[in-house]
Order: sequence, then structure tokens, then C-alpha cells
Amino acid sequence: MAETLPANAVLQLAGLKKSYLSGDSELEVLHGIDLTLQRGEFAALIGPSGSGKSTLLNLIGLLDRPSAGQLFIDGVETSTLSETEITRLRGQRIGFVFQHHLLIPAFTALENVMMPLLIDRGRPDTAMRARAAELLAGVGLSERADYPASKLSGGQQQRVAIARALAMRPSLVLADEPTGNLDTHTADDIFALLREVNQREQTTFLIVTHDPRLAGRCDRIVELVDGDIVSDRPHPIPTKHLPAD
Amino acid sequence: MHPWLPFEWIAATRFLREGRTQSLLIIVGVGVGVSVIVFMSALLSGLQSNLVKRTLSSQAHLVLLPAEEIARPQFGEGQALVQKQAQRLRSIDQWQALRGRLEKLPEIAAISPVASGPAFAVRGDANKSISLIGIEPANYVRVIELDQKMVGGELRVNAGEALIGIELARDLGATLGDKLRINASSGASDTLTIVGLFDLGNKAANARNVYVGLRTAQSLLDLVGGVSSIDLALHDMYQAEALSQRLNAETGLIADSWIKTNAQFFTALTSQRISSNVIRFFIGLSVAFGIASVLVVSVVQRSREIGILRAMGASRGQMLRTFLLQGGIVGLFGSLLGSALAWCFLALWRTLAVNADGTPMFMIEVEPGLVLIAAAGATLVGVLAALMPARRAASLDPVVAIRG
Ligand SMILES: Nc1ncnc2c1ncn2[C@@H]1O[C@H](COP(=O)(O)OP(=O)(O)O)[C@@H](O)[C@H]1O
Ligand SMILES: [Mg+2]
Repeated sequence: MAETLPANAVLQLAGLKKSYLSGDSELEVLHGIDLTLQRGEFAALIGPSGSGKSTLLNLIGLLDRPSAGQLFIDGVETSTLSETEITRLRGQRIGFVFQHHLLIPAFTALENVMMPLLIDRGRPDTAMRARAAELLAGVGLSERADYPASKLSGGQQQRVAIARALAMRPSLVLADEPTGNLDTHTADDIFALLREVNQREQTTFLIVTHDPRLAGRCDRIVELVDGDIVSDRPHPIPTKHLPAD
Repeated sequence: MHPWLPFEWIAATRFLREGRTQSLLIIVGVGVGVSVIVFMSALLSGLQSNLVKRTLSSQAHLVLLPAEEIARPQFGEGQALVQKQAQRLRSIDQWQALRGRLEKLPEIAAISPVASGPAFAVRGDANKSISLIGIEPANYVRVIELDQKMVGGELRVNAGEALIGIELARDLGATLGDKLRINASSGASDTLTIVGLFDLGNKAANARNVYVGLRTAQSLLDLVGGVSSIDLALHDMYQAEALSQRLNAETGLIADSWIKTNAQFFTALTSQRISSNVIRFFIGLSVAFGIASVLVVSVVQRSREIGILRAMGASRGQMLRTFLLQGGIVGLFGSLLGSALAWCFLALWRTLAVNADGTPMFMIEVEPGLVLIAAAGATLVGVLAALMPARRAASLDPVVAIRG
């Protein structure tokens, strides 16, 4: 297989394995995943429930450590990094969008968007605030900036979460069923927003979804079954060819 | 978000504000604990200083006396001479020079040379055994508050003048302006005018003590130019014993501290203080457990938020500090509330604990120092109590936290 130069790869997985201890026996959930994502790719990760999608996303997001194999983020091999280095790399290179939007309710929409910058720099400043306001405007929520996160609707919360995921200009955004909790109409909007960001900023996306309609709107579809990639196909068909709604 | 606050402070205060009810309840809990500690400390120190003041009202912190002379077996003259020496009042050697050296010691607040000895007070048929005390009034009142004890006349001991206690005045049937004859055992005698009456709050002292000028006493007691003791007041009275040992070693003089003279009383004070420290410790412990339990619950409730913060790049250290700070803030605010409560208790106590005539039994105050110590102590206890929950927050697995 003709691989592109690793230098262009935002993500590179080689023989990635993950097992969990269940009782006395080891349960291997991922059996050696090889996967490369180039800068600007917009990829879907699909597969039946329990196939290991979330587990894989957690490994890529450096929230968990693989049992074996190699994981490169922007060409940096992560298995030898310390806990502190991992945390830093995660904060700076990776953005998360979770199914349960998971904002911090004690903060406003704007402050939630600022949070990754605040964590990184240690103290708030006006530049951070401006950047967060710009991101909120990008997801169409300028007028909700000072709302407490808990007062926003599900769709609005997910928009804030997307803005927050982009705050650090990450190389890779991981989204685990980002539209799973939303109605179809809102889900489409959110998906369109992700796509727009991808095209505007050349941010790489890996999106777990159950919705074949949404997966069909991605450039590439990676399918995971029982901890193995069973298909990985480019999906060059432009979205306009798909039946619209 | 205040621009100067670091992330940990912002998160800690927001979390506390969001869990308002919990935060308020625990702050009140800490406040009650701190108020008891502050109230008890103020009460105890008021009580103790009152007791000490009463006990020490007619005692110096430290008294220097001439060195004990060793009775050496002497050829020829034998017992008679030894006997005679023991009876004669002795002066402190070169006391003027000693005074100069004492003045240089920073611990010493006041120096009062005294010439005192036994004598008889005679008036008409009455003849009373007294203790004749020659003083320099200006210095003496800085060691023993005789000026506070005057009940008649004035504190003045010029030549030919004397101050007597109310008990002796009654025994002799004498009053202000009356004359009094003093016969000393040396054979000297003098007639003095009573210019002041005092009440030392002690019947025996009121019956025995007669104050005269230093020179008058020196000549009556055959101690011309000498003093029988030097009374000292210290800035910190609890240093008395340490200083007495030092002075004894340096000068060879006998140095009696009030602590040694009132050993039993002092032991009682000490054990009172120890038992109150034990109570304080246990209150502090229960305050700590209260803070810890609230924070443990908060960490569990906020697992998801902690997980998401970690996913966004927050380090273990940042999470640890966020929760340690919450403990410290709760401790600090609790202690401020506690000090305010204690102040109210004391105000209430002052209106209840009064003598029959309506005057307070004794003065107690919440000193600013005590409030500062309480605030610092409670903040520290809060941080320590938060240690366990904070470590739990820091070690939370973000994967589990976000999924859960
Ligand atoms: N912490 C864990 N301990 C044990 N087994 C786990 C753990 N996390 C996930 N699994 C197991 O791994 C498999 C894959 O789970 P997951 O990655 O959540 O699948 P998906 O997201 O594709 O539905 C499941 O069988 C699940 O039970
Ligand atoms: Mg899943």
C-alpha cells in the first residue's frame, strides 16, 4: 500500500491494540489497528455497537493508552511520552466533541469556549476572549455568549462544544456521535457546521456516527467490526449527489 | 472572570458558587467550629489574664535578692557572728551598677529597687508588727500597680510620709493625716504622717505593708545606700522563669520568678490551657472531616466536568489545586464567619456574666491577632482536608469520567 509521507499525516496508527482486564482474563477490544489520516481529511468511523469505536477514539485522543502498537500525532510518537507531555499534546493538538456535549455548567457559553485556552495559558486575557467570541460567532451563537451553559438548548450546547473543540486550532478533532442526542434537523445543521470548519480551516476530523446518511457526507468511511477495520473506503461522491433530507 | 486570576482560582470559585447550598452549609459548619474555638480562646485568655492579674497584683514578675551567704565555720568568733549576720538585713552588692546592666536588657520593662524589713507601727497603745517597704514610687508602680490600689489620700512618699493599708489603719484606729511611730529592730525609729491608704485586695498585705520612701526605709532598717531586693516587671511575664535562671547564673543573686513562687497556680493555668488545646484540636478535626466529606461528594458529582477539563488539557496538578483551593476558601470564609459569630457570643456573654453591681466579671476581647490566627488556621485545615478529595479528582480517569 502506497503510504504518503508521515510528515503530512496528522494521525498515524500502526498495529494499535487495546485489551481490558475482565476478571482473570484479558479481553482484547482492538486487534491491531492501522490507520493514517492526512491533514484536512473528513473521515467517518462507523461500526456496530461494541465494535470498539469509542475505545479507538479514546486512544487517539490520548485519554487512554494502547496495550500495544504505535500512535503518532503530527509525527510525534506518543508511547514514550510522560503523563505531563501527553496532557499537553492532548490539549494543544486534539479537540473533542462528545455525544453528551459536556459543557461546564458553572461557566457561560463564552467561558466554555475559552476554557482550553485558559487551561493552556493559565490566566484569562483579552486575546482569548476575542478568539472565543469569534468562534462563537462562527457557530452562530454570538448572542448567547453570556448565557450559562446549562441554559442552552441541546443543539446550542453542541455548537458551543464545537467552538470549544476548535479553540486551540487543533490538528485533529475527534467527535464521538456528536449528533447522537439531537433531532435530525439539528443533527444536519451540526454536521454541516463541522464540514464548514473542515473546509475553511483544513482541520482534520474523525467522526464516529451511527447515521449512514451523515457518514455518506464524509470524504472517507472507516468501518470497524469487532476490533478490526473491515473496510476503509474513500467516498469521493460530493454531498450534493446524496438525497438531500 | 477576573483577568488576574489563574485558572485554578476561577474554577474553584465557580464550583463553590455553583454548589451554593453545599458551600454555604459547610461554611456555616466551619464557622460554628471556629466560633467555638475563638470564643473559648478569648474566654480562657480573659479568665487567665484576670486570674494572673489578681494573683500578681501585689507581686513582681521577678525579684532579685542578695545571694545566700554560706555559713562558714569560723575559728574564734564562732556561732555568735554567724547568728548576727543572719539577722542583719543584707543589701544587694553594688546594686546601682547592677541596675545599669538590667536597664540594658530588652526583656525588662521596669526596675524597682526596694529596701524592706520588719518593723513595728505604734500609735497610742496599739503596736503592730509590720513590713516596712521603702520604694521609689515612680518605678514601683510600674512593677506593682499600687496607684490602682489607692483608696484614700495620694501615692506620695516624701520624707516623713507613709502609705498604709486599710486593715492596718483599722487596727491602729488611724486615718489620713494621723501620725505613726515606726520602730525598727535596728533600734532606729521615726514618726511619719499617713498620706495615703491602699487596698491590695489581700487582708494580710493590707495589715502588714507600710510604704515609705526608699531613703526613709534605708535609714530605719540600717541599710543606708543599700537595697534588700530589686523588683522587675517584664514585657512578657511568661519569660520570668527563663530570665530568672539567666540572672541567677550571671549575677549569683537569688532570682525568684512569679512562676516559681506560684508554682501550683501556674500548673493550674498550664493544664487549663492544655485541656483547651485538646478541645480545639478535636473541633479542628471535625471541621476538617466536614470539609473533606463535602469535597468528596463534590468530586463525585463533578467527575464528568473533571473528565472534560482533563480532556481539554488540564493537568492533574491543575485539578489537584482547584480542589485544594476550594478547601482553603471554605476554611477562610468559615473562619471569618466564625470570628463574627464569636464576637456576637462575647457581646452576649458580656451582658450575662456580670457582677451583682452590673460591672463585667472580667474583660474579654476578640483580639485581631486571634482572628488572624483563626483565619490562617482554618484555611490551612481546609487545604489539608481537601488533600484527599483533591487527589481523587486529580487521579480520575477521564475516559471513565466522561463515559460515566
Ligand atoms: N473500561 C473497559 N473495561 C472493559 N471492557 C471495556 C471497557 N471499555 C470498553 N469495553 C468493552 O470494549 C468493547 C468496545 O466498546 P466501545 O469502544 O465502547 O464500543 P463502541 O463505542 O463501538 O460501541 C465493548 O465490548 C465494551 O464492553
Ligand atoms: Mg461508543
